[in-house]
Amino acid sequence: MNSTVKQRKWLFGLIFLVVFILAGISFYRSRHLPEPVVLGEGVTEVKRLSNYFSGIKGSINDARIYVLGQETDGGSVLILGGSHPEEPAGRLAAWIIIENTRMKAGRIFVIPTANPSASTSTRPGGAYPPDYSIKTSWGEQKFRQGDRWSNPLDQWPDPEVYIHYPSRQQLAYMDIRNQNRTWPGRPDGLMTEKTCYAMTQLIRQERIDLVIDLHEAELQYPVISTIVVHPKGQDLAALASMTISAEEGFDIGVEYSPEALRGLSHREIGDWTEAIPLLMETPEPFLDATRGKTDRNLLLTGQDEFVMKAGKHGLLFEKLDERGWPIDVRVGRHLSSIAVILKTWSELRPDRLIEAEEIPRYSEIVEKTIGFYLKNPAETPANRLFYE
Amino acid sequence: MATLITILYYFMVTFFSICFIYNFIKSKKWAEELLYLIVLLPFLLRLFRLK
Repeated sequence: MNSTVKQRKWLFGLIFLVVFILAGISFYRSRHLPEPVVLGEGVTEVKRLSNYFSGIKGSINDARIYVLGQETDGGSVLILGGSHPEEPAGRLAAWIIIENTRMKAGRIFVIPTANPSASTSTRPGGAYPPDYSIKTSWGEQKFRQGDRWSNPLDQWPDPEVYIHYPSRQQLAYMDIRNQNRTWPGRPDGLMTEKTCYAMTQLIRQERIDLVIDLHEAELQYPVISTIVVHPKGQDLAALASMTISAEEGFDIGVEYSPEALRGLSHREIGDWTEAIPLLMETPEPFLDATRGKTDRNLLLTGQDEFVMKAGKHGLLFEKLDERGWPIDVRVGRHLSSIAVILKTWSELRPDRLIEAEEIPRYSEIVEKTIGFYLKNPAETPANRLFYE
Repeated sequence: MATLITILYYFMVTFFSICFIYNFIKSKKWAEELLYLIVLLPFLLRLFRLK
């Protein structure tokens, strides 16, 4: 080997090392970014999924459960944010409830990051930003961007075909890492299935009445701006939808969970537990395939000229104009919907009351922004501060 | 079973990483050298559990 070739190899090797180290540091920081959660007055207990299923202990998906209210005769609701962490409105709505809400009756169980593993990666080839920040009066709070599927570092390889348990329906191979395709879960399955199994145990052991799974959807997907509900919750969802559309300042529809579509929370939780599952979708143009630059601005403003153009050609199932779909609007919709669902539930089932105070409504969030409701971790005692 | 498959997968990633480094050292064409390094990058990121 002559000296020129040797020098070239050293040069290439050096460039490779620089690229590898820079990329490695960036990916490591993104995966381990701590997200502070300040416990509000209403939080009485913080548990983990392994309290309900020991098989998840030691796994990244041993998610934290924030419990609001005391165990009394009232009812209980489980709120799931971050089943798909790339849909940030669900996680942020869960955050605001933990940090602000108090209970008058019943209990709220909140899991802000229902699939922690999925919150530590971004979509391969999607050019996602690694994180995003929400402005507050005390500075900015940073959150991980996340993906739809569990991180391949935590669950890999995927099978050739994913056969859903227990229906044996064949689903797309990668959906074995999709938390909204692995309900009701199984104790000896892969990590994402075990996570759903742990949550199913939580629902059964805590006698949960309602499960609200918070999501966002692309505008080219027909299931949008809606509540998807298991047939046993038809009355509740229909009444809540009418109340929301009449009183909260925005419209929301109702769709019934199809029986042939397996693995989804709105179907399996209803079939395998006593709880009524409701899944809510807000519009997120960031997820649309025809979007432009996939950056933090698009994630937080929902403004995209290319998706808007698709709308002009009649390809969207939700309206989109220059105002976009700002994150405050999307989080506000989730929070107002939760508040109305709980109120409606309490009217229908006074024997299982769930009465919450200080769930900010749509109009309040739009006026004051999300940042107004996020608490400053620097001013919080250590025993009231957790990290997701 | 899943754990065993994962362990075997990491052995496979290690094996191919060593192959790429070996080929990079042995190659005399600059384009091939560059190619081996580009292909090596995702393998190392996975091996060190970074991505």
